[in-house]
Amino acid sequence: MLNPRVAEQALNPSKPNSLTFQELILRLQTFWAERGCVLQQPYDVEVGAGTMAPETFLRVLGPHSYKVAYVQPSRRPADGRYGENPNRLYKHTQLQVVLKPPPENVQELYLESLAAIGIDLRQHDIKFEEDNWEAPTLSAWGVGWQVMLDGLEVTQFTYFQQCGGVDLDPISAELTYGLERITAFLQDVDSIYDIVWSRDPENGKATTYGDVRLADEQQFSVYNFELADVEKAWKHFDLCEAECKTLLERYSEQIKDKKSGDGVARDKKRFPILAAYDLCLKCSHLFNILDARGAISVTERVGVIARVRALAVGIARAYVDQQRSYAAAA
Amino acid sequence: MPDFLLEIGCEEIPARMIDAAAQDLWARTAAVLQQNKLAPETRDGIYGTHYSTPRRLAVLFPDVRDTQQDMHETMVGPSAAIAYKDGQPTPAAHAFAKKAGIDVSRLERVTTAKGEYLSAKVTKKGRSASEVLAELLPKEINSLYWPKNMYWRKPGEVFVRPVRWLVALLDAEVIPLEFDGIRAGSQSRGHRILAPSAIQIPSAGSSYVDALRAAKVLSRGEREQQIRKALDAATRTLPGARWREDKNLLDTVVNLTEWPSAILGAFDHEFLQLPEEVLVTVMRDHQKYFAVEDGAGKLLPHFLAVLNTDGDPQGIIRHGHDRVLRARFNDARFFWQTDQKHPLRERVQWLKHVTFQKDLGSYYEKTLRVQRLCSWLCEIIRQSGMTIRPGVVHKAAYLAKTDLTTELVKEFTELQGVVGGLYARVQELDSEIPDATRQLIAQAVYDQYKPESMEDSVPQTPGGAVLSIADKADTIAGMFALGLQPTGSKDPFALRRQANGIVRTIAEHKLPLNLSDLFRDARETYRGSEAERKFSKEIDYAGAVREFFRERLEFYLRDALGFKYDVIKAVLASGSDDVVDVVARAAAVKSVLHMPEFQAIAAACKRMRNILKQAEEKGIEPAAKLEDLPASSPEEKDLAAYLDLNAPKVETNRQKREYADALRLLSTVRDQVDAFFDKVMVMVEDERIRANRLALLQTLLREFSTIADFSEIVTGS
Repeated sequence: MLNPRVAEQALNPSKPNSLTFQELILRLQTFWAERGCVLQQPYDVEVGAGTMAPETFLRVLGPHSYKVAYVQPSRRPADGRYGENPNRLYKHTQLQVVLKPPPENVQELYLESLAAIGIDLRQHDIKFEEDNWEAPTLSAWGVGWQVMLDGLEVTQFTYFQQCGGVDLDPISAELTYGLERITAFLQDVDSIYDIVWSRDPENGKATTYGDVRLADEQQFSVYNFELADVEKAWKHFDLCEAECKTLLERYSEQIKDKKSGDGVARDKKRFPILAAYDLCLKCSHLFNILDARGAISVTERVGVIARVRALAVGIARAYVDQQRSYAAAA
Repeated sequence: MPDFLLEIGCEEIPARMIDAAAQDLWARTAAVLQQNKLAPETRDGIYGTHYSTPRRLAVLFPDVRDTQQDMHETMVGPSAAIAYKDGQPTPAAHAFAKKAGIDVSRLERVTTAKGEYLSAKVTKKGRSASEVLAELLPKEINSLYWPKNMYWRKPGEVFVRPVRWLVALLDAEVIPLEFDGIRAGSQSRGHRILAPSAIQIPSAGSSYVDALRAAKVLSRGEREQQIRKALDAATRTLPGARWREDKNLLDTVVNLTEWPSAILGAFDHEFLQLPEEVLVTVMRDHQKYFAVEDGAGKLLPHFLAVLNTDGDPQGIIRHGHDRVLRARFNDARFFWQTDQKHPLRERVQWLKHVTFQKDLGSYYEKTLRVQRLCSWLCEIIRQSGMTIRPGVVHKAAYLAKTDLTTELVKEFTELQGVVGGLYARVQELDSEIPDATRQLIAQAVYDQYKPESMEDSVPQTPGGAVLSIADKADTIAGMFALGLQPTGSKDPFALRRQANGIVRTIAEHKLPLNLSDLFRDARETYRGSEAERKFSKEIDYAGAVREFFRERLEFYLRDALGFKYDVIKAVLASGSDDVVDVVARAAAVKSVLHMPEFQAIAAACKRMRNILKQAEEKGIEPAAKLEDLPASSPEEKDLAAYLDLNAPKVETNRQKREYADALRLLSTVRDQVDAFFDKVMVMVEDERIRANRLALLQTLLREFSTIADFSEIVTGS
């Protein structure tokens, strides 16, 4: 019987020309830009998933078509492992593509994007396996698949059905690529920290994922699990929630205001729903920190999730309403 | 007569839903053909076939009529009296003629029980199959049952995933049907990667299957065969090895592939130090791999992955699978090692932070309740003379839920209980506890969620059985008290499955536990708790639980033990509280039913019941005590004497739960009963005699009814 390790080495196709982490991002961005997507920059408020960035959460609402792609670092405090686990990260990187409405050939487009990063599908095994998505804090859900490439989940493919408690019409397709996983697969490395992030063309020197990100993982694990000030985090949470609610209340008062006129319409269009959403995202992130810190008791937990959801649902409704006034003005 | 084909081309359908959906589409289409007189008359209900892959559901029906036959029918209109005045047709007659589409002069008359009415013979022209199917099938497609569906074009148009093409053919002719904006045609698609271009389906019938095979798509049956062969072939490269048969996994991979093949992968020997349960769960549930074992059933460091492509000549795919499994196993090992830093006994306090159910509090509170309930149950069991070790159960209940806080269970939730058991086996639980006792505690923790399905076994040890029952009873009691019992298809906490588990565990361990006592005690453990304040004020807790368990018992007797419906009804009518007793009585009834005496006795029981019921309705009461009256008939005296003689013996049998013996003894009363009904009139004028005879029947009926209500038995013709 062959020693498995020997057999493995015999079969291991060397991958000297595989893409670096940043080349992978560039290729995917170019691919989707060429298919009409707006290339957005990562959102600059902490989010737990690319879905929570306003380019997805808000843009999927309402009737307007939109195509966007962006890289989004996503922070999940409870997933941190002090940089000691080769497969787990506190902050991982997603490439998020939202196609609204989804084109008929959306699956084929997705498969072409894999070809664009050097994956010859004829030499691999690809399966679309049922995986439905639900985010209770956002009152959002959709159905779809996890895309499995030789047994590795490389992408979440979701048809959004509801967001912020609002039924979507049209719906959107969301593709979420797990960039670290895909790169590790292409580079055939067993630890995320060994991924080559970039290579200096002058001297061929490689900078690894560990060089760039290990310190983040270590320090934020310590912060999230041990040092985050629970009392202050609660205070931040309460403050952000209160301000968000105040904004939403002021917006509903404006809706109730029967007087119409250019001034009112203009005020409504300029009303900072986007700022309210930032506050909601901060609440969500603070909740995650408190949760990782073990500071949320049984009785509180369900209640706190409901508080964040109430904000998200209120924002989604207001946003849809605000979009209507844009449409009316147009 | 043309062959008919409908193919719904779809983005990948969830594997778990395909088989049921294909069946559903077939049944619906067959019904449409039958109801619309398009199915050939020579066919009975079994007609046509279905064909399914992850990307399509199809149905094929040979020899469909191309046109419906004309249908002649008679319409009945207004009464003749209204329709004609002075021999002339009134507006009512004209309206009816118009509705029937014929001239007034051609109206006829029919005589019914209510009088004379106008009638019209009309001929409904048969429509073409193409027209009928184009109209009706889209509705059927839209109403296929899916556990979860979606819309992609507009709300209201639903399917499991977006439909991308439709093929609808009568022989080579396209049926002009449309669903969700897709028009049917004759173009299908083959394997996504192996045959990417569109394929032409020349005609309905067998050429469909041939065209798909050429495009690297196989039928369900062919795929299953091909997978089995591929698994066998890959395993043969390892001498003495075999792959572990797993029906569910096989069904899954059959429905994840259109053109399957298999590869044999390997992992490092070192991982075999992890418990087999963990390795198999990772392989089966997370990677959909088959485990490989040696001749003795011991796990080998290999796995089998089923691919949806035609092979892996360069070993690229295998390399990928090896790599993924290595990462998964590394994770599992990491979690296992991390978990050992905090032994289970330390984690009990952590359960205060884990929600059991929002109104029922934390798992810590559940732990304390289940511990108390276990103590009470152990006491009942001990008093009945069975062997049980309350200390073992108590400790197992204390540790039972602690594995919910472990990394391993957070990652592999399906291993809850199992992980706790495995950890308890290797950890020091308490320095006082000897090793043998620790193994018993570990086994009880390991088994606490058993049985998880009809096929799963019940907990191995009596201690494990008690813990499993108490844990489930605590959940059911809490949910029922909150008013959250399952309704229809809604059963989010799987209370039915848990109740089935309680019934089976009590029956198989023959535990002396009454369901009503169990649930009174389970409710009692909530007394004074925070949760109790949330309990519903309106609900009749005991009644709801009793009704719920009656259904579960019926299910167990019917589906697990195979008793006939009338036996179940008869037995449950005589009590449904003591599971072991119910099962014993059902077995006894079943064992005597074939005897001719019992067919007669069942009939006699119905008669006695009717007589007693009629008497009760008239306010006539049986005598309080049987008397030997001078006016009694000999048959009556015989029957009374028989009862006097045999009732004590029957009672002894009953005490010992020798129900078959009791019934066999009772069956000898048949001659006396027959003679009694032949010769004796019960409802006579004389009040004393009548009351005495009623009392006699009541006594006799009671003898039988303590075992089963024989009037429920369906007797032969």
